[in-house]
Amino acid sequence: MSIETEKIRSIQYRNRNELLKKKTEPYLYLIPTIILIVVLLIIPICMVISYSFFDNVIINKNPTFVGFENFKKIFANKTFFVAVKNSLIFVGGSVVAHLIIGMTFAVLLNTKYFSAKTKAVFRVIFALPWMFTASVIAILWKMLLNTNGVINYFLVEANLTSTQIEWLASRDFALLSVTVINIWAGYPFYMISILAGLQGISTDLYESSAIDGANIIQRFFRITIPQLKPILISLLMLDFVWTIQQFALIWMTTGGGPINATEMLSTFIYKLGFSKYQYSQASATAVILLVVCTIVAIIYVRNQRGQD
Amino acid sequence: MVGENKRYIKVIAIFLLIVGTIFSGFPILWMFLNSFKPNSEIFAWPPVWISERFMFDAYVEIFRNPEMIRFFVNSYFVAFVVVILTLAISILASYSFSRFNFPGKKVINTIIVSVQAVPPITLLIPYLSLIVTLKLYNTYGALILTYLLFTLPYAIIMMTGYYNTLPEDLDEAVMMDGGSRFRALWNVLVPISVPGLVSVGMYTFMLSWNEYLFALALTKTNEFRTVPVGISLLMGQHAYEWNQMMAMSVLGSLPVLILFLIFQRYFIAGMTSGAVKN
Repeated sequence: MSIETEKIRSIQYRNRNELLKKKTEPYLYLIPTIILIVVLLIIPICMVISYSFFDNVIINKNPTFVGFENFKKIFANKTFFVAVKNSLIFVGGSVVAHLIIGMTFAVLLNTKYFSAKTKAVFRVIFALPWMFTASVIAILWKMLLNTNGVINYFLVEANLTSTQIEWLASRDFALLSVTVINIWAGYPFYMISILAGLQGISTDLYESSAIDGANIIQRFFRITIPQLKPILISLLMLDFVWTIQQFALIWMTTGGGPINATEMLSTFIYKLGFSKYQYSQASATAVILLVVCTIVAIIYVRNQRGQD
Repeated sequence: MVGENKRYIKVIAIFLLIVGTIFSGFPILWMFLNSFKPNSEIFAWPPVWISERFMFDAYVEIFRNPEMIRFFVNSYFVAFVVVILTLAISILASYSFSRFNFPGKKVINTIIVSVQAVPPITLLIPYLSLIVTLKLYNTYGALILTYLLFTLPYAIIMMTGYYNTLPEDLDEAVMMDGGSRFRALWNVLVPISVPGLVSVGMYTFMLSWNEYLFALALTKTNEFRTVPVGISLLMGQHAYEWNQMMAMSVLGSLPVLILFLIFQRYFIAGMTSGAVKN
């Protein structure tokens, strides 16, 4: 009798233990990830939000709560609006050009006019800019765009300009120049993603439309674009977030100059924090940027859910 | 008529191929060529394509400079540690996402996906004070931890997708024989998922090797600085040593280029399925 109850008890005990183990097991595997994300992401996000409401953070051990004072200061700062305007031009130009160039190259590498080998070789060549770190890209383009550089040489020789242009040091050309550099550095991601998308489109669709007499342009807009739409939306959103935060390229080519001509939100935040020691205002600007990117991220996640 | 039309399209396609090659390849070719020139010829007008005094001086200078070697050692060390930790942590997390249903799964998953949309620059200021508080400022630890945050989301999404394609019968077979779940993961799933792990490892290596902003902000001495920061310092210090800067750029890009050339098939497939289709 007692042996029986003991048996039952031990089974119950084992079951309870196993149940507990079953319930906690999925979390055990996630512990390192959760710790990292909480410590390195969630805590810093909370910190930057709280910094933006206090004065003299980091420098002062006991900062005072000032409400929206830092945000007011930022909105009264003319450079902030210059940075917003430049960021929008930079992001808009980059995103549109990335899409057009990426799409062109992807379609080109997906045509039946070239052999598989040719396409493989050019796929690598076209993807090359993506392999380089920002400091290499910055130095390389500083050399190309130098007044005595090779780009000016070609332009002068082709009679497109009579004088050598100071691309990165001129107020008229600096923003265009950094945008072109960013376009060069970023289009391969579109190209590769779109290429993968194109290969996923069923050829039946094209064949049946060819029978219906659709020409190449109609097929592109009626089949290719709608089929790629989810990928394109994801790409545009990711690119928006990546480009608006682009810091390294700007910092190493123009540093935001000449006279704020290429000042972006990222360089504005960095300068406020690391050369003016205005950590509170820098945090307020960071929070504004974070809010914008969060909205984009929400749309992005919804878009991805829609695909499943 | 149709045939003529097709030929027309092919001419346009070849033209675009050439334009694209110049656009993407010329800057890189120019960097490569300039690393073998004496400084006096870099801004020559008209440009000198291949120097008559073709030389390796710039490379020799870099290999002689212990500071430059240090940047490379640091970059390799940080990147390798980040790759190993990313793989280990993401294997565990992905297994959990792939094989279990548990409360909070969706929330945790959404947070991990959204990390990709958080601009690093917005976290830089609190991050710096956090790293100082943890006494990690100007250490390898600061860089390794930071890069883990950037690489994990992609690695977890990628590997979860990979494990989802592997049938659960595989794990169950091991557990039938009395093995634990962890054993099933380690002995069966990990070996099968090597192609996915290679792709994730490559992406992680590239990201760690190329990162600039945090490498600049979280280190103070050359003892812990990585190649990208080293290159940017070279830009400040020796403003006129263009050939050395080009040589350093070539050397600093080689590891990533070689990895890409070897694994590009894997990589392209993985990259796109991870980033675009989730």
